[in-house]
Amino acid sequence: MPDIAYEQARHGSSIGQPLTRRDGLLKVTGAATYAADNRPEGLLHAVLAVSRIARGRVVGLDVAAAKAHPGVVEVMTGANAPKLAQDPDAKENPFMFRLDLLQNDRVRYAHQPIAVVIAETLEAATEGAELLAPRYEVDPPGIGLDTDEPHVPEGVGAGDKTSASRGDVEAGLAQAERRVETTYETAAQYHNALEPHAVVARWEGDRLIVDTPSQALAMAKMRLAGLFGLDPKNILVRSPFLGGGFGSKGFMSGPQVLGVMAAKLVGRPVKLVLRREQMFGPVGHRGETRQTLRLGSDASGALTALDHHTLTTTSRFDDFYEPSSAISRYLYAAPAVSTRHSGVRVDTGTPLFMRAPGEASGSVALEGAIDEMAEACGLDPLEFRLRNYAEAEPISGRPFSSKALRECYAQGAARFGWDKRIAGTRSMRDPAGRLVGFGMGTALFPALMMQAEAWAEIRADGTGTVALGAHDMGQGAWTALAQIAADGLGIDLDRLDFQSGTSDLPNAGIAGGSAHTATAGSAIHSAAAAVLAQLADLATRDERSPLFGAGNAGVYARGGRLVRRDDEGRSESFSEILSRAGKTSVSAQGQGAADPASREAYAMHAHGAVFAEVSVDPDLGQIRVTRLVGAFAAGRVVNPRLVTSQYYGGMIWGVSFALHENAVVDPRSGRVMNANLGEYHVPVNADVPSIEAILVEEHDPHVNPLGIKGVGEIGITGTAGAIANAVYHATGVRVRKTPITLDRLLG
Amino acid sequence: MNRFDYVRAGSVAEAVAAAAEPGAVYLAAGTNLLDLMKGSIARPGRLVDVTHLPGLDRIDHLPGGGVRIGALVRNSDLAYDPDFAKSHPAVAEALLSGASAQLRNAATVAGNLLQRTRCPYFYDPASACNKRDPGAGCDARGGETRLHAVLGWSEHCIATHPSDFCVPLVSLDAVVEVEGTSGAREVPLDALHRLPEDRPDRETVLEPGDLIVALRLPAEAAGFAGHSRYLKVRDRTSYAFAVVSASASLRLEGGRIGEARLALGGVALKPWRARAAEAALTGAEPTERSFARAAEAALAEARPSGDNAFKIELARRLIVRTLTLAADGTPERMPALPASAFSGDALHA
Repeated sequence: MPDIAYEQARHGSSIGQPLTRRDGLLKVTGAATYAADNRPEGLLHAVLAVSRIARGRVVGLDVAAAKAHPGVVEVMTGANAPKLAQDPDAKENPFMFRLDLLQNDRVRYAHQPIAVVIAETLEAATEGAELLAPRYEVDPPGIGLDTDEPHVPEGVGAGDKTSASRGDVEAGLAQAERRVETTYETAAQYHNALEPHAVVARWEGDRLIVDTPSQALAMAKMRLAGLFGLDPKNILVRSPFLGGGFGSKGFMSGPQVLGVMAAKLVGRPVKLVLRREQMFGPVGHRGETRQTLRLGSDASGALTALDHHTLTTTSRFDDFYEPSSAISRYLYAAPAVSTRHSGVRVDTGTPLFMRAPGEASGSVALEGAIDEMAEACGLDPLEFRLRNYAEAEPISGRPFSSKALRECYAQGAARFGWDKRIAGTRSMRDPAGRLVGFGMGTALFPALMMQAEAWAEIRADGTGTVALGAHDMGQGAWTALAQIAADGLGIDLDRLDFQSGTSDLPNAGIAGGSAHTATAGSAIHSAAAAVLAQLADLATRDERSPLFGAGNAGVYARGGRLVRRDDEGRSESFSEILSRAGKTSVSAQGQGAADPASREAYAMHAHGAVFAEVSVDPDLGQIRVTRLVGAFAAGRVVNPRLVTSQYYGGMIWGVSFALHENAVVDPRSGRVMNANLGEYHVPVNADVPSIEAILVEEHDPHVNPLGIKGVGEIGITGTAGAIANAVYHATGVRVRKTPITLDRLLG
Repeated sequence: MNRFDYVRAGSVAEAVAAAAEPGAVYLAAGTNLLDLMKGSIARPGRLVDVTHLPGLDRIDHLPGGGVRIGALVRNSDLAYDPDFAKSHPAVAEALLSGASAQLRNAATVAGNLLQRTRCPYFYDPASACNKRDPGAGCDARGGETRLHAVLGWSEHCIATHPSDFCVPLVSLDAVVEVEGTSGAREVPLDALHRLPEDRPDRETVLEPGDLIVALRLPAEAAGFAGHSRYLKVRDRTSYAFAVVSASASLRLEGGRIGEARLALGGVALKPWRARAAEAALTGAEPTERSFARAAEAALAEARPSGDNAFKIELARRLIVRTLTLAADGTPERMPALPASAFSGDALHA
């Protein structure tokens, strides 16, 4: 377990305190142990050889040359790769994604692993991989949205419906006073967490120990158990820290499994770390989209119809579809709404979850279309959104469990100075003469709940433990979940032993869908409540206790004591209660999951409003986002510092989405031509000079016992569209394709 | 990375002898070379480390004017040398607009001159590239060509030279001092880099063993200090190569342009001196009209090499802007965002 220092909670409750990351010092001093930092005795280094073609077969590898290179121990190819207990192409459920694990000579996408070279040093393995000099039988690849006939997928995203609608969109459009039909395209984006996928694998007989970043430890363990035919009890996956996940580490990727196979083949511990360019293929990406929206509105600026169709890519061999149209099911009121998706098969790796999958790309198109309609109606973009404010979820008709979006609009607009926006394009300039634009977008992300378990204990010395295999991807789970745990047990943080990050602890589910704090937090809350109930039982039924007769509901826990609600002067410490009962500890298991009844009754989403100011050089087309203000309402804020940081991160990704990220694929070869961080642009500090996030108060009694909604992904939504709309306001050029680069502005 | 010999040279003569062997290359900071080696784009048999050679890390202001910059002077040390930045502001601004602070702290001035193109097909070993493999063909043609050349390219190569530093240098008649197997010689920077023609693998006029030991700017270069700017259009505010860049230096005499220097970056396989534009400016009034005429002259021969016609129009506008800013006068202080459209300059004279 990592050695994590506690920051003393200030007063009373830990929840709500802006504590710094408990692991911050470890990280800034380099002491935090990421997967690739593990160096077990006898460690060998493995390097992937990856395909240069996108479709075809490998017909030759110079294994002899690689093995002859000094230091090379073994070359793993289709000829000698360990046989697996399960076909890596098996798909028993929609969340089982097909992996390329050297079981045949087929190439399905560029950068697909085709061999693994294992050596005494990283340098020897790298050169060994180079010496393999593969020969291929090449089939021409199909790349891009127009490469094939579209099909209608069975489902999109994480089990979302392909289509959903309400009312008659055609009739709504026919009766509309104003109509907008518009098409937006978003580029493919590739996962580039600072920490590339890495694995250190060690076999001890039938026991397997794997250090690898994971957003879903229990799923990782089960996937390995299936592929290797192991009892899950014999597998330990450790992931105390991730150098970013963003969805790419939710499922075991092929390269991670190959590291485990390599260790099995050579009978020694093996480390495998992806090179940066190898991130552009086998670990998932955000598929490109072409989204067509049709909107109608009446004379007052109320929508009469909204139709949102998404065409997106999936791989030739597996199914994942960016669910971009889904956001239109939740956001704006319209009597008729239709949302649909279709897919095109291309020769790339399978697109997968990437931060706000669907919501991010869908929001760009929807917010752009809304901006276009506001203009068509002659209305201020904020006023138009207020006129189409959804009081109930548009398609389902359910009420919202909570929705402080109006407050987000108001607080964000006030802080930003939206009232200084001058209507009409090219209407504002800065003192130097550059064009200035104001744009806005609405942010939304569903408030999901996964499933999680946790274990909690209080000991006679007044200390407590909470344990679960939760995941800190940099978002701050070590801190935020410990705050929930401390409050749940009614002890100070420095009395809490918080254990997390390994697969031998209770299953904390998946850190995805912005639901980890809510779900794992609920499990912690439930386990802690069960522990306190046991303590309360011991005390309130014992005549010797000052709490006698108060009943379980008549006491609460604080500072390591149970306190009577009706007389706060009467309390007893946990130690006293346990000692008198002759017990050394009490412990309990707890669960966190969605409550089906409230999910049926209510629509649950986090909301926000993002305002962007851009500056555009009128001659050169160069764009800079000079200010961003976001106001978000996402239920209870566990740690305002960490939540603000999540919003910042999301909003900066919005800048990246709007202006920078673009995987440039040569359609002739199917290779990403900018597979490095020099040319695959993400924003640098100079691109984000001013950013603010406002935490709007919101109380949600339905979403989960703690009232927590997710904050990890919503920041992208709204932001990219706000920036695109600001660029239009500044220049009068509506670029309906992200990233918005200067050549697209020059026309 | 292939296995290679490593030689640490103790003197220039030793370095030249060691590097004259086939397969040998010089190693200075390695900010470009090591990336190329890790990607197996470069597989040298021998690295001759010149970083310990004595005396090559000095900036000397010469008695008759002019400045001599040792080959191993770090990019940031030159940019932040107060005397140099004052007398050659466009050069300093160009240096500070390149790469990142970490790279500038490591990279040497001679290494900057000799950095390789960023053409993605050059960096992709699976693509045909005449620069890497003479006669193999050029996969960039018909490929992703948004950032490729619009001047001086050939059917054999449409890559660009990525340096910012070289752009003002070439306009100011910089000269490189070279030591080689047959002794010392000088090469004007404008003659150092070759256009691709039918041998894009021959990037410079340097011969095996040739070592750049210094870079010299003539005394006249400082005469432009009051009206000298570098401007760089890029896809993000920092840490990006130029889409197009321009360096403009003017000597104003009685309301007219006595002498003009103009060069472009990101448009050709070498830093592109625009002599026709300079001639058009000489004697003209520093007006937008003159600048537009100069831009037409500079780009008369420009033609797209693919999907990059926008670069010609962008270069035209950038030339006008850079000349306008140069005419306005060099700012007192280096802008916080050097060479940026967001540097704080007013856009109109």
